[in-house]
Amino acid sequence: MKIKLLDIAHGRSGDKGDAANIGIIAYEEKGFEIIKNQLTADRVKKHFEGICFGKVERYELPNLRALNFLLHNTLGGGGTVSLKHDAQGKTLAAALLRMEIEY
Amino acid sequence: MKESIKIASGQGFWGDLIDAPYNQVTKGDIDYLVMDYLAEVTMSILQKQKNKNPKLGYARDIPELMRRILPICKERNIKIITNGGGVNPVACAEAVIDTAKSLGLNKLKIAVVLKDNIMERIDDIIFKGCELRNMETNDSIVSVKEKLLSANVYFGAFPIVEGLSGGADIVITGRTTDTGLTLAPMIHEFGWKENDFDLLSAGTIAGHILECGAQSSGGNFLGDWQTIPNMAEIGFPIAEAYPNGEFIITKHKNTGGRVSFETVAEQLVYEIGDPKEYITPDCVADFTTIKLEDLGKDRVRVYDIKGKRATDFYKVSCSYESGYSASASLTYSYPQALTKAKAADKILRKRLENLQLKFDEIRTEYIGYNSCHGPLSTEIEEDKINEIMLRVAVRSSDYASVERFGKEIAPLILTGPPSVTGFAGGRPKPSEVVAYWPALMPKTMVKPEIKFIDLQKEDVI
Repeated sequence: MKIKLLDIAHGRSGDKGDAANIGIIAYEEKGFEIIKNQLTADRVKKHFEGICFGKVERYELPNLRALNFLLHNTLGGGGTVSLKHDAQGKTLAAALLRMEIEY
Repeated sequence: MKESIKIASGQGFWGDLIDAPYNQVTKGDIDYLVMDYLAEVTMSILQKQKNKNPKLGYARDIPELMRRILPICKERNIKIITNGGGVNPVACAEAVIDTAKSLGLNKLKIAVVLKDNIMERIDDIIFKGCELRNMETNDSIVSVKEKLLSANVYFGAFPIVEGLSGGADIVITGRTTDTGLTLAPMIHEFGWKENDFDLLSAGTIAGHILECGAQSSGGNFLGDWQTIPNMAEIGFPIAEAYPNGEFIITKHKNTGGRVSFETVAEQLVYEIGDPKEYITPDCVADFTTIKLEDLGKDRVRVYDIKGKRATDFYKVSCSYESGYSASASLTYSYPQALTKAKAADKILRKRLENLQLKFDEIRTEYIGYNSCHGPLSTEIEEDKINEIMLRVAVRSSDYASVERFGKEIAPLILTGPPSVTGFAGGRPKPSEVVAYWPALMPKTMVKPEIKFIDLQKEDVI
């Protein structure tokens, strides 16, 4: 069954220079197994095509049922240099939760 | 030794809820109030203010805030720790002393942490072999030296601890890590040592949870945010800390918001990189070791945290001038709102091109359509769109080009697509772009200095 990531997870995003950080947290253990298997760095990189122009790093925080992604070259220069309306990538966690996953 | 202490977050950034610190000191018992005022670009703004007036360069909200909370904090023995001293913590302390005098207080001791500002020492530091290479590009700082606006070392918790040990009621610092503000009272009260890396990591993580104010107590919460109670009167987070490094995140009773596994977890993953390597001047904390237990009733226990020795470097945050930018917006209404906005953008760009202006970047976004999620945005049928705000931003090293861009927006109202509004406030003026330069510096090259300012003695020790 296909569902949206936002049905099983929440998260928060922010800036680290020109990189955006997106932390995704599963509501339950089962959800964490699913995101651990399906949310690969490659998949996230592909999802953000046209937004993320650098590499994507992925980290696991199993105690928090969470994954952390660092999306390099994503914020148009970052900080005050960026011309983006969302220069700090605050809405990118919500953008990742749009992803369709297999449940 | 106290069995536990309560450390309350009073401010998540400069500009946060004005009443939050007041509520923290009045709505329940706390021992420490910590307030983070400094974002990466704040230092450059403060440096500019100080350049114009040597009495400025700190968070000017502080003296006014102190007028409200100092009498309460003195009465209840609540210590205050803030990095709002910016690039002029001594002037900030003096302003607070003046406030205390005008309130009729006769006893107040302020500790000021100095020497984080290395702006005057850049040449010497380069001469001694540290080129403050940019952590992202590896370029030497020499390449932007003439354009530097500010340069500060991030100190950790220990200089603050020195202030607290010296009997300070208030500790005012310049560039100190956000996490150090919260860690310091734990070190001070519980006697933690510089090599208690697990304990220092625990306090650091408590600091990370507190540093963005209500972001850990129900604010900006992406989970079931509609169920967060009474966000209008949201309670800011409080860490109830214990000597063994465990702490409980909570908030005052009878305040809005929520403290739960989910709200704390969201803050824990905010603005982190490699979770095993959360580097501060005090330790390297391992976020993968954090355990959370939701105790219910807005109480979350945080425990089992591990960490390791700090690195031999301080992080240095520099800012430098990097050209100019401006942004402008116009709103187009139904029918064909998006089509009109796109046509206006095309016309504007053609005019800018005809004028042969020089830009490093021109960026167009359609607010109401794709300004947040870009290509991930869902296509909408033109018929269903009520209105679209066209937002165009430019950046250039050429001031005149950015200034001229500002003059090309309003004309679109009478010379472009119809049913357009929302151009108030005049021509957008070019603003200076302040770019950020992160670097590292050996800890041996700079030593924090503590200065005490005592109201009772009316002089500086």
